[in-house]
Amino acid sequence: MVQEVPVVWLAASSCTGCSVSLLNSASPTIKNVLVDEVIPGTHINLRFHQTIMAGNGEQAVQILEDTIKDKKDGYVLVADGAIPSGNTAGYCVMGERNGKPVTMEDRFEELARNAMAILAVGTCASFGGIPASGSNPSNAKPIRKVMEEKGINKPLINIPGCPPHPDWIVGTIASILIKGLPSAEELDDNLRPLAFYGTLIHENCPRRAFFDEGKFAKKPGDEGCLYELGCKGPITYADCPLRRWNNGTNWVIGAGSPCHGCTQPEFPNLPMYQKLVDVELPVIGANWTGKKEEA
Amino acid sequence: MANKIVIDPITRIEGHLKIETDIENGTVKNARSTGNLFRGIELILHGRDPRDAQVITQRICGVCPQSHGLAAALNLDSAFGIAGQITDNARIIRNLISGAHIVQDHILHFFHLAALDYVDVTDVAKYEGNDSELNSLKTFIGRGELAPFVPRYEGDYRLSPEMNQMACAHYIQALEVRRMGHEMVSIFSGKVPHSVGIVPGGVTCTPTIDMMTRYLWKLRKLQDFINNVYLPDVMAVAGAYSDYTEIGVGCKNFLSYGQFDLEGGQPDVTKRKRLYRPGVVSGDLVVGDLDVAKIAEEVTSSWYENYEGGKHPSLGETKPDLEKEGAYSWVKSPRYDGKVYEVGPLAKLLVAYAGGNTEVKQLVDSSLKKLNAPASALFSVMGRHLARAIDAKIIADNLEKWVLQLKPGEPVYTEYEIPEEAKGFGLTEAARGALGHWIDIRDHKIYNYQAVVPTTWNASPVDAKGNPGPIEQAIIGTKIKDKDNPFEIVRIVRSFDPCLACAIH
Repeated sequence: MVQEVPVVWLAASSCTGCSVSLLNSASPTIKNVLVDEVIPGTHINLRFHQTIMAGNGEQAVQILEDTIKDKKDGYVLVADGAIPSGNTAGYCVMGERNGKPVTMEDRFEELARNAMAILAVGTCASFGGIPASGSNPSNAKPIRKVMEEKGINKPLINIPGCPPHPDWIVGTIASILIKGLPSAEELDDNLRPLAFYGTLIHENCPRRAFFDEGKFAKKPGDEGCLYELGCKGPITYADCPLRRWNNGTNWVIGAGSPCHGCTQPEFPNLPMYQKLVDVELPVIGANWTGKKEEA
Repeated sequence: MANKIVIDPITRIEGHLKIETDIENGTVKNARSTGNLFRGIELILHGRDPRDAQVITQRICGVCPQSHGLAAALNLDSAFGIAGQITDNARIIRNLISGAHIVQDHILHFFHLAALDYVDVTDVAKYEGNDSELNSLKTFIGRGELAPFVPRYEGDYRLSPEMNQMACAHYIQALEVRRMGHEMVSIFSGKVPHSVGIVPGGVTCTPTIDMMTRYLWKLRKLQDFINNVYLPDVMAVAGAYSDYTEIGVGCKNFLSYGQFDLEGGQPDVTKRKRLYRPGVVSGDLVVGDLDVAKIAEEVTSSWYENYEGGKHPSLGETKPDLEKEGAYSWVKSPRYDGKVYEVGPLAKLLVAYAGGNTEVKQLVDSSLKKLNAPASALFSVMGRHLARAIDAKIIADNLEKWVLQLKPGEPVYTEYEIPEEAKGFGLTEAARGALGHWIDIRDHKIYNYQAVVPTTWNASPVDAKGNPGPIEQAIIGTKIKDKDNPFEIVRIVRSFDPCLACAIH
């Protein structure tokens, strides 16, 4: 007998980039994830995902209502995007109830209260990200904050990244299916699984030797460390240099661009192409002269 | 007898869209298109380093970030005064990045967003062959939990069981093929979604022979799929649902900014030689030149503080007001010369077709001949799907030429200084149509940034003159066969490939 694990995916104040990234999962493929027994004996029963589901309008929204009733405390809620809240909750609405639009804040609250666990996918859901940056015109909040304010006490895992690597999403879900929810020791202070977010980009960067030798690129296309061009690798926790993106094809620094630090709570508030200031750099090579220039 | 059909959310599109219709005697009398998510990315950009626009505006949309990255880079090139100095290598790599992205996006749209309106997945339960993917789908159906493929609208699935099974095999194959399209983008742009390769001044990586050959051979697989699966499947669906060559006609005014720069040195983006020329065209198929000064955004029916008439995007403003009387959408209403215009691959192809582009003319005419349909059939649901497939083929075939024009080791980047004050704009075509970004730099920072995005045009609400937007017009007048399963509405809406995160941003 195959165990069905119900999952509902809520798209809040998002760009759908997290879902498209998941679509790029190479092994398992997205078809393996949704159709096959992704772990032998277990099938992910993705009941609701606006971008791929066949159903429309009311028949789609009804699935959310049914899942809350039929699978209470037994489904995983995935949310991407931050959540406009309070006076601006109406900036993100989905579906109607008795002819009135329902805000994403309310949808999330209903679904989160009755979920087994919540996965905040992407930096907007994890930390506020893009919509919460600058003047935060929609008063968008990360999932963790919404849960705290509403007193929703359910397990939460953050899988940040703009977008997250598909392996981070699939790997976290597979880990839950195989051995249950992660323990506190398996997550960092930002509730990120250490399995994927345990080391700095800077620690594993193939251009690290240039940094240690003080050889810095001055413009895109140059050889050398991209620190002076604004690279956020020294403060960013993720395994991009080892895992690489798009089925191992390439990664950000591999394409000659500084890392934008997209898995961090700071994203996107630091200027993308300006050198980091006041940053404590990890273990610096003997010949490195950057700090002197700074002073 | 008046009746309402409300569909919220419209699924299998990007983002938060509600469609509301009034039905009279089985026909749509009125349609309202409501965009339901406002983030305010234009406001978020205020005060930032102008270079960040290329990174932040990609986050307008995770489905078409490359298009926003390119529009932003063109915009910044022009504001920084270097639009005429982009190197050939950089120009070509930009084309390779945005081209591969759009080809995979079209495949994704037809197979993974639109197809479930025409293909009956449950017919795979009857499959008796040896295809392991189809048999795994059969096992899935046998387990009894059919989400996310059921529930769905029921009744109007017209393909034979064999055709449905083949289409499902293609749905799975298309997942792999489109992923490979993203791998092509990643070769030159680091990662997808939200890439890093395109920047003001050019691109970030110098091409090498191995990058070019990897790109070329992944491309060949996409070309094979387009020629032998995508185009034939679109033709098969268009044949089985031939009434949809007359449904969803719309406003019959089309606008395109043109796409794929074929030469460097020309600072004015509207005068550059492009694979697809810019222009406007209507039902008579007489092409006119594009005049960017005639673009204006109105907010009559949108949740923004009112202003008189329309504003050119270079002077545009975004002041949210959810309480505004009479407003019903976060999408603004861009108009050209005060009139409603549709954008998208169909618009781009019609401008090229009317402008005498032989490659486009030959492919469009031969497809129409196979369907035994007149040119007017292009103004329809199936016309939009066909245009998208033909666009994919034309782009893919040109990418093959362009990748071999790269000069390994030659420069890809032009240096610049961020001006204290400057204005700029960048125009290109995203997968969903005409995309424009405008910037106003003051004190070396972004003072005002405005984006007018394809779905802003297509999903726009009623304007000051009372004219509904293109999607609304395409729905109005449609006969709804079964009010409980209003296939017509969702098929029309999806033929535009709407993206609401884009439209509102």
